[in-house]
Amino acid sequence: MNKLYKNADDAVKDIQDGQILMLGGFGLCGIPENCITALVKKAVKNLTCISNNAGVDDFGIGLMLQQKQVKKMIASYVGENAEFERQLLSGELEVELIPQGTLATRCMATGYGMPAIFTPAGVGTEVAVGKEVRNFNGKDYLMEYAFDADYAIVKAWKGDKQGNLIYKDTARNFNPLMAMAGKITIAEVEELVEDGELDPNFIHTPGVYVHRIFKGENYEKRIEQKTIRKS
Amino acid sequence: MALNKFQIAQRIAKELQDGFYVNLGIGIPTLVANYIPLGIDVVLQSENGLLGMGPFPIEGEESADLINAGKQTITTLPASSIFDSAMSFGMIRSGKINLTVLGAMEVSEHGDIANWKIPGKMVKGMGGAMDLVASAKNIIVAMMHTNPAGESKLLKKCSLPLTGTNCVKKIVTDIAVVEITASGFKLLERAPGVSVEEIMSKTAANLIVEGSIPEMKF
Repeated sequence: MNKLYKNADDAVKDIQDGQILMLGGFGLCGIPENCITALVKKAVKNLTCISNNAGVDDFGIGLMLQQKQVKKMIASYVGENAEFERQLLSGELEVELIPQGTLATRCMATGYGMPAIFTPAGVGTEVAVGKEVRNFNGKDYLMEYAFDADYAIVKAWKGDKQGNLIYKDTARNFNPLMAMAGKITIAEVEELVEDGELDPNFIHTPGVYVHRIFKGENYEKRIEQKTIRKS
Repeated sequence: MALNKFQIAQRIAKELQDGFYVNLGIGIPTLVANYIPLGIDVVLQSENGLLGMGPFPIEGEESADLINAGKQTITTLPASSIFDSAMSFGMIRSGKINLTVLGAMEVSEHGDIANWKIPGKMVKGMGGAMDLVASAKNIIVAMMHTNPAGESKLLKKCSLPLTGTNCVKKIVTDIAVVEITASGFKLLERAPGVSVEEIMSKTAANLIVEGSIPEMKF
C-alpha cells in the first residue's frame, strides 16, 4: 500500500475538467493551500466545488475563481469575495447556498454510508423548495442527500504514511468530514511522520478514508481577521 | 434615551444563567460576552467547532488555526474542547445549546426571522443561521427597533426571505424588550426615558401592553 505522493502536483494530477471537488476549511482556516495552488497551475476547468466558503479575492478558492475554473460553488457563506460576486451577478458562476450544518452533515452522511439525512434547518424557507418534508414527533424536517464527490481535498496538521490524520485547533472544521466523503481523498499535511508516531487514541481521521497523502510546503496560513486584546 | 449597541448587549447578558451553553452571532451578539455577570458561569460555543471560547489573543499570540465563526482570531480556555463542524451542529440540533443570540433584519409577531438575504442585492449566504434558528430552544434577537429608513423591523409578517419560522422567543432592541407570545408581540420593558407610545408607534404590528411597563435595568 503506497499512499505517499511527492507533492501537490503529483496528488492532483488526474483531476479532470468538470469533476466535483470537496475542499476543507472554514474561511481561510485549515484550507488545502498546496492543492489549490496545484489546481490553479493545472488549470482544470468547469469544476464543482463544495466548500463552506469561497476564499477571498487573492487566496484560497478565490484563486481558482480568478482563473474561472469553477462552474458551480456549493457553500454556506460566500461574503468575502468581490470576484465571486462579479461572476455570480454576470451569470458565469452557479451558486447553491445551503445551511452550514446541512453542508457538514451531508459530508458526514457520505462518510457514514448513509444516503440522506433529515434536518430542521431551512424548513419553511426557500431552502426547502422542491425537497421532501417529513414530520417526526410533531416537527418538520427536510430530507437532504449525502454528497457524491469525485475528490475530497483536505488539510491536516499531522499525518502518517497510512493516512491517519490529526488536525490542529479550529482548522479541523470540515476537514475530517470531507476526508470521509471523497471517492478519492487527498490529504496535505504540515508534518508527515513515521507510522507509529501518532497515538492511535488521538487520530481524528482513520487512514482508511485517505487515499493520497503528502507533506505540504510553504504554508502562508493567512489570517482573515486578526483581532487582539490590549493586555 | 435609546440604547446603543453596547447597552443592548448588556441587557441581553442579564438573560444568561449559570451553566448555560451559549452561541453568540456576529455583531451586537458578540458584545454580550463582555457583560457576563459575575458569578455566572457560561460556556460560549463557536459553530466552526469550539466550546469554551476565550478572549482575543494578545499581540503575537494569534494563530491562523484558531478562529471563531466570525473568522476572528481567538483563544481557548482551560477545559475548552474542539470538534468538527458536524458535531458542532449536532450539539445545536440536539438541544444542548441553551441560548442563541443573533441579529435580524426582520422579526414577525409569530417569531419568524429574516436575516440572510435581500433579494436583488448580493447574497452572502446563511452560514449557520438556519441551523441555529431551526434547533435552538431559546432564541433572543438583538437588533435596532427600526431600519436606517426608520421603518419597523418588528412586523406582522416578514417581507424578506425567511431564515426560520416560529423560533424567536424574545427581542431586545434599542428601545424595548419584547416577548413573542402565542398572541403576538408583548412589551416587557422599555429603554430608560422611552415611552410606551413611542415603542408602539415604531412597531408595525399589534403590541400587547399589560399594566405599567418598567424601564430596563442594567
